[in-house]
Amino acid sequence: MKSLALLALLAVSLPSLADRMPLPADTPASYKSECGSCHLAYPPALLAKKDWARTLSSLDRHFGSDATLDPKAQQEIGRFLERSAGDANKLGSAGEPPRISQTARFIRKHDEIPARYWRDPRVKSAANCEACHRGAADGRYSEHDIAIPELRR
Amino acid sequence: MRSLSILGLLLISLNSHAAPLSPPAQRGEAFFHQRFAVNDKMPACTACHTDNPLKPGQHAITGKTIQPLAVSANGERFSDPAKVEKWFGRNCKEVVGRACTADEKADFVAYMREVR
Repeated sequence: MKSLALLALLAVSLPSLADRMPLPADTPASYKSECGSCHLAYPPALLAKKDWARTLSSLDRHFGSDATLDPKAQQEIGRFLERSAGDANKLGSAGEPPRISQTARFIRKHDEIPARYWRDPRVKSAANCEACHRGAADGRYSEHDIAIPELRR
Repeated sequence: MRSLSILGLLLISLNSHAAPLSPPAQRGEAFFHQRFAVNDKMPACTACHTDNPLKPGQHAITGKTIQPLAVSANGERFSDPAKVEKWFGRNCKEVVGRACTADEKADFVAYMREVR
């Protein structure tokens, strides 16, 4: 009986654990400032190691912007992303150039969102996690805490 | 009575035109609103920062909220020289299509410090 309750508790807590993706404790300040100004400093687990490496090697053409880093920040951020990257098998291909929003995981998690919501001026882009996930900056991505009421579950 | 209402009018007009901008700040204001049209998505500073630097902006591509540029609305602005140079470096290249001159940067900062 006790184990059953434990199992139930685990079942309830598991999905919410998956919705928690705070930045790792060893996240360098350079990652937050350099990769968190134009967009959210994304949880490194959302992209595989090889995709982060591809992203970092083409920062001079980063989705239409020149996001070149100084060599020290480049090295520090590169090492951080390498050790904190996500599981390539679970994420699936991120395309070329790699996009978090093209990974199978992201697509599966957002498959119920109608196209018009992505085009909403409050959202603007799939890069804008915080438009819907208002706790995203603190790593909270629960589908129960969505800023746009029509989309809340 | 009449002089009282004149005084009232004077006070109102003083308040709404609080401290006219200095000439550098006026040039900075014009630069802020200038349309460079080098970049489709970011033709001017205002593409992300909106016409009103006292208000938050929104990144033209990612949609991320950008805190206000005006110091009176955001005390952090222009307090870290390295950060200021970094963003002039990136944004001038991207929006103006070249590096900004020292005068342009000084005028821009003057405007953002003075605007209320």
